[in-house]
Amino acid sequence: MREINEKSLSIVKEKALIMRREVIKMLGEAGSGHTGGSLSPADIVSCLYFWEMNIDAERPDWENRDRFVLSKGHAAPLLYAALAEKGFFPREWLSTLRKIGSPLQGHPDMRKLPGVEASTGSLGQGISWAVGMALAGKIDKRDYRVYVLLGDGEIQEGMVWEAVMAAAHYKLDNLMAFVDYNGLQIDGKIKEVMSPEPIADKFRAFGWEVLQIDGHDYQQIIASLNIGREVKGRPTVAVARTVKGKGCSFIENQVDWHGRAPNKEEVEKALAELQAEQDAAEIKR
Amino acid sequence: METQATRDAYGKALVELGRLHEDIVVLDADLSKSTKTAEFARAFPERFFNAGIAEQNMMGMAAGLAAAGKKVFASSFAVFATGRAFEQVRNSIAYGNLNVKICATHSGITVGEDGGSHQSVEDIALMRSIPNMCVVVPADGPSVRKALFSLYAREGPAYLRLGRPSVPVIYGEDSDFEVGKGIELKNGRDASLIACGIMVNEALRAAEVLAAEGIDVSVIDMHTIKPIDKGLIVKKARETGAILCLEEHTVLGGLGSAVCEVVCEYCPVPVRRIGLNDVFGQSGSPDELLQHYGLTVDHIVQNIRSLVKNR
Repeated sequence: MREINEKSLSIVKEKALIMRREVIKMLGEAGSGHTGGSLSPADIVSCLYFWEMNIDAERPDWENRDRFVLSKGHAAPLLYAALAEKGFFPREWLSTLRKIGSPLQGHPDMRKLPGVEASTGSLGQGISWAVGMALAGKIDKRDYRVYVLLGDGEIQEGMVWEAVMAAAHYKLDNLMAFVDYNGLQIDGKIKEVMSPEPIADKFRAFGWEVLQIDGHDYQQIIASLNIGREVKGRPTVAVARTVKGKGCSFIENQVDWHGRAPNKEEVEKALAELQAEQDAAEIKR
Repeated sequence: METQATRDAYGKALVELGRLHEDIVVLDADLSKSTKTAEFARAFPERFFNAGIAEQNMMGMAAGLAAAGKKVFASSFAVFATGRAFEQVRNSIAYGNLNVKICATHSGITVGEDGGSHQSVEDIALMRSIPNMCVVVPADGPSVRKALFSLYAREGPAYLRLGRPSVPVIYGEDSDFEVGKGIELKNGRDASLIACGIMVNEALRAAEVLAAEGIDVSVIDMHTIKPIDKGLIVKKARETGAILCLEEHTVLGGLGSAVCEVVCEYCPVPVRRIGLNDVFGQSGSPDELLQHYGLTVDHIVQNIRSLVKNR
């Protein structure tokens, strides 16, 4: 089991803050996009890209790389921020998000941008890709792992449960899912629109190893990754409680911020808040 | 006359192909005995995965396997493979131009007794509309084998349309079959029959009847609906001045439509289409259904007579 030391911990924290800032800047520049759901899983994605995953920006097609599938593809800005920070493409590209001719499409396009493992965005489909990738790993006896991030609204798609069934059936212990459990979807609270509860019990009933964590607590995220790597014979899911819009007070838990981008003033306000958070962290250090 | 179901030819060719190429993975959705992928499953159990009755996830898994370097052949009945999982085929497979070959059996009305719910009459139209997708409708068993080998070597997604019943074998082992190139089976000057799938043999039979009446028609096996062989269509339009399209599919959006698109744009001549006229199928024996919906030699002959007379 890999324990995270202070230095690594401060790196994933710092990267999460950088990514949140980039998300705000990108969306402000683009003028449209999904703000709330790009911010809520930033801590999870930071732990994956800057702690857990064995990837190499110099070799995006390296056969034994770990793979991350953003099943909730509308959080594309967060994925792009992670990939740019990791060095898969120049950071300047981020400002082209959603613009014509840009490799940074509104939803991820694997054929346009290095580091994108799957063209996702139509909800429910990414987890099936992840199952296929994990199966390929088993066939080829490779030891790479596949990570997939689902939205909590997304799991209303019936296809997700077809994939969840298949992953357990094929005993894919090289697969780990995260559910970004922020409780909101476009039309309101997930419990009011179409409740997927009880989420953990459902995965458990399908034969998965189920962990329930705070998706903003790095120690818990890292611990879930450690457990996921140890579990044999079945896939693991971490149902991660998150705050939609996390890090920007006026965006947090506001359903209207699902599918809207910040204007110029809102960008400044959000960046100031994120900067204050970083300053506070540095003083503490 | 020797006969073979195109799905039987598929099952056999898949095993042959699997023996040659280790990167082939086959998926099915609980229909492997009917689609004949069960033969591959027996030969290569470690490379066969049954997705259960879950076509959407099957197509998604196919995408993931292809993204990890596999050449995936995914099978089900045509109505489910192209209808139930349409959006997965579009977004997960075709959008990323992935190496997934959707090989669907039980297409068209010759499914027979199972009835209209299971008779896919719009699958060619659906698959043809998706960017990157190649669409092949073989006429007989030997064509299936050649199509399968070609599609394996061809980068990107494809739809191979196969049938349930035994059909006459038209080609020998050494026939020319190239994806994207129609085959001129008979060269006549009075009109052209352009057909795909089981209608190719009906076209050949109709051509004999017409020849006895002194009407000399060309017969084209247009096995690839996309990319369509524009050159051959324009050539036949110029040479014969009248075209009759034949398909076991709705006349909306299939082979007939594809031919019309080319003819209208490059060489306008009269075109007629025989197929299902915007209706669903129903239960019955394949022969009864072909008769009922006018996919017969008689109907072809009548149409050609009036096309030639009214010119």
